[in-house]
Amino acid sequence: MSESNTPRQANEVESERPETLDDEVVLDVALDTADGAMAPSVIPATSQGGQIPHAASGSVFRQIVTGNAMVSVLSVLLAIVLGGILMAVTNPKVAETAGYFFAQPGDMLTEVFRPYVALVQGSIFNWAAADTAGQLYPITETLTVSTPLILAGLGVALAFRAGLFNIGAQGQIIFGALFGAYVGFTWHLPFLVHLLVVVIAGLVGGAVWGGVVGLLKARTGAHEVIVTIMLNYIANFLLLFLLTTPAFQRKGSTNPISPFLDQSALFPELLGPQFRLHAGFLLAVLATVLVWWLLKRSTLGFEFRAVGANQSAARTAGINVPRAVILVMAIAGALAGLAGIAQVSGTEKYLSGGVAASIGFDAITVALLGRSTPWGTFFAGLLFGAFRAGGVAMQAQTQTPIDIVLVIQSLIVLFIAAPPLVRAIFGLNPRKKTKATGGPGSGTMPSGKIESGAATA
Amino acid sequence: MKQSLRATLKRGSFAGVATAGAAALLLAGCGSAPSASSSGSATKSDYTACMVSDSGGFDDKSFNQSGYEGLQAAAKDLNIQEKHVQSKADTDYDPNLRSMVQQGCKLTVTVGFLLGDATKNIATANPNSHFAIIDYSDPTFPKNVKPIVYDTAQASFLAGYLAAGTSKTGKVATFGGLNIPTVSIFMDGFADGVKYYNQKKGKSVQLLGWDKDKQDGTFVGDFKQVDKGKVLTQGFLDQGADVILPVAGPVGAGAGSAILDAKAKGTDAKLIWVDSDGYLTAPAYKSVILTSVQKTMATAVETVIKSDKDGKFDPSPYVGTLDNGGVALAPFHDLDSAVPADMKSDLDQLKKDIISGAVKVESKSSPK
Repeated sequence: MSESNTPRQANEVESERPETLDDEVVLDVALDTADGAMAPSVIPATSQGGQIPHAASGSVFRQIVTGNAMVSVLSVLLAIVLGGILMAVTNPKVAETAGYFFAQPGDMLTEVFRPYVALVQGSIFNWAAADTAGQLYPITETLTVSTPLILAGLGVALAFRAGLFNIGAQGQIIFGALFGAYVGFTWHLPFLVHLLVVVIAGLVGGAVWGGVVGLLKARTGAHEVIVTIMLNYIANFLLLFLLTTPAFQRKGSTNPISPFLDQSALFPELLGPQFRLHAGFLLAVLATVLVWWLLKRSTLGFEFRAVGANQSAARTAGINVPRAVILVMAIAGALAGLAGIAQVSGTEKYLSGGVAASIGFDAITVALLGRSTPWGTFFAGLLFGAFRAGGVAMQAQTQTPIDIVLVIQSLIVLFIAAPPLVRAIFGLNPRKKTKATGGPGSGTMPSGKIESGAATA
Repeated sequence: MKQSLRATLKRGSFAGVATAGAAALLLAGCGSAPSASSSGSATKSDYTACMVSDSGGFDDKSFNQSGYEGLQAAAKDLNIQEKHVQSKADTDYDPNLRSMVQQGCKLTVTVGFLLGDATKNIATANPNSHFAIIDYSDPTFPKNVKPIVYDTAQASFLAGYLAAGTSKTGKVATFGGLNIPTVSIFMDGFADGVKYYNQKKGKSVQLLGWDKDKQDGTFVGDFKQVDKGKVLTQGFLDQGADVILPVAGPVGAGAGSAILDAKAKGTDAKLIWVDSDGYLTAPAYKSVILTSVQKTMATAVETVIKSDKDGKFDPSPYVGTLDNGGVALAPFHDLDSAVPADMKSDLDQLKKDIISGAVKVESKSSPK
């Protein structure tokens, strides 16, 4: 594919390695070390911004959605630190204990760290619980909450790879949940068959809602961001409307809540009734593997990535771009639809107006944090699941507002979207680094260099 | 050279600020630690009462807030521990309830029908914990759940009568958040109150926004879009309505600001708040709040917590009525002069008639 890239990049690429799409990282290291002439930087060259042709040729969009792992990790770290400061500043108990900091420093430090301790207790391991089940409950809860995040995140990430900004996961989740739940509570089929039919219904629901976006994009050129946002509204209000109709309401009730799905339509519980963890998590793992295979090993995935890298080049190379756009959106929608199934067949067991919560929007952050790679998205989903699960315990134990979790998530997005800022904060700017190793005088170096690095990125 | 000089200066000033800051911190941190005995003087009972909000949050100026105030009052008056968690989405209910049980709550109050299923599940799984749920009742609840429900139509009947009697244009209006029983019960009572006024006085005051027979009307679509509440209210004002009853929790603020705008332009209109006394909870609109259809949840919550603490928990529903003060029409406050004396005596009589059953208030959504 490299032949058809911009000339400047093509030269670079051809002289080094022909398969740019598959081996961007290897290429980065090669550039970074100037073919082994100098020690490799911690940060690959692509993510350092500045004058490197390879990076300069990519759009800002591509840089953000496929940024580098170190920036992701540092962004999370920064967000957690800032969130901690925010909690400390707003917590009256911290102010109170700070008054006698020198008499009993432990008091203030305990107060400062209490929310995060609770976060860990609520998301990984609760050492204070009375029995083993209670101690392990948090980690199972993290896996449960992360299931729909991973599935929807994969959908968003896949579309990112094809160069499409899929904001529509929310609507696709709702459609998946809508189709799946309807099949789940109106049809009565034997165990496993019913679940399978529900899963397929969810896949179809999501694929339809995603496919519409692809179709509009491919046939009319309508921008997918606008279309997906609008379709989110339509899906949401359609759900609210349907829940006021008798077909979706429980018998004898006028509340906007659907009947429970049949027992046979539910994901089996993996660890018994005292845990919420259900087989949907295994589905999320499977989906991650499938998306990885699709992107890395299949022709179709190669076409998606080619379209994402450069549409004109892909077209010249004989790839049917409209077909790829429709297909990638349909598959992305199907993945988000599965997230909807994880909700109705896994945790919620019925359909309500809030069945999709804010999963579709969190999924965008998850995909960004995971750099649009399948496994990156998987682990980012786990992290966000941990935030969600731990947030509950944090609120219950320390009465810290749950909104702080949202603040941390938002900060993560902010930092991911501004890699130079993150690198400047951690002193990882490439030019500063070379100066720093140069001699002891580097400490007084004017900070202008960092800013210029940031400005060009 | 120049640049490095400036850098040094910057560093110098930064160091100065840092020193000053550190000194301030040092001084601030020199207080003495409270001794263990003094911090433990306010011995609290081991009893913990908890509350889980619905997705509206505790600051909704509506039923979550009223319930929360009840919890706070109970914690203070009964000297017990309290814990509360907010739900951000429908999917938070189950985990939040579980975490409350894990935190050792003796009684957990959940707010709203949306938490009905979660409450039922968790209560069934934890038969030794007690639960109470506001605004929802389900005959299949286990024996450790106490529903707290309100026959709101009784109080909104009075509000409808009052609205019809004080309207100068002969048109009143209402709108809801979602078409759900806890909302439409307000609108049913309001519609009947207007109808009753028309029958009794031979008038033809019109109600916009709700058709009791069809059980359908004007709705925001959720309890969040304050802007949409404002637009709807402006629409009603344009159609000539001059008393508005928004049954949409915090969205009532949108109606309030639309009426204030209209008032600034010379159109006289009034607002009827719901759930809590809006004069106190939404003071920004107190100049236009005629009255409020109150569900006195704080009292109910405190009562339920108290009886549970005393070991007298029972699962029979608490039904708020005009009779037991669970629902009420709030005082007129600043607009007292706008309500004629004979209207006040009518309302008193009507209240007595409803309590005695002489006037029947019926709504499909009334608790059974």
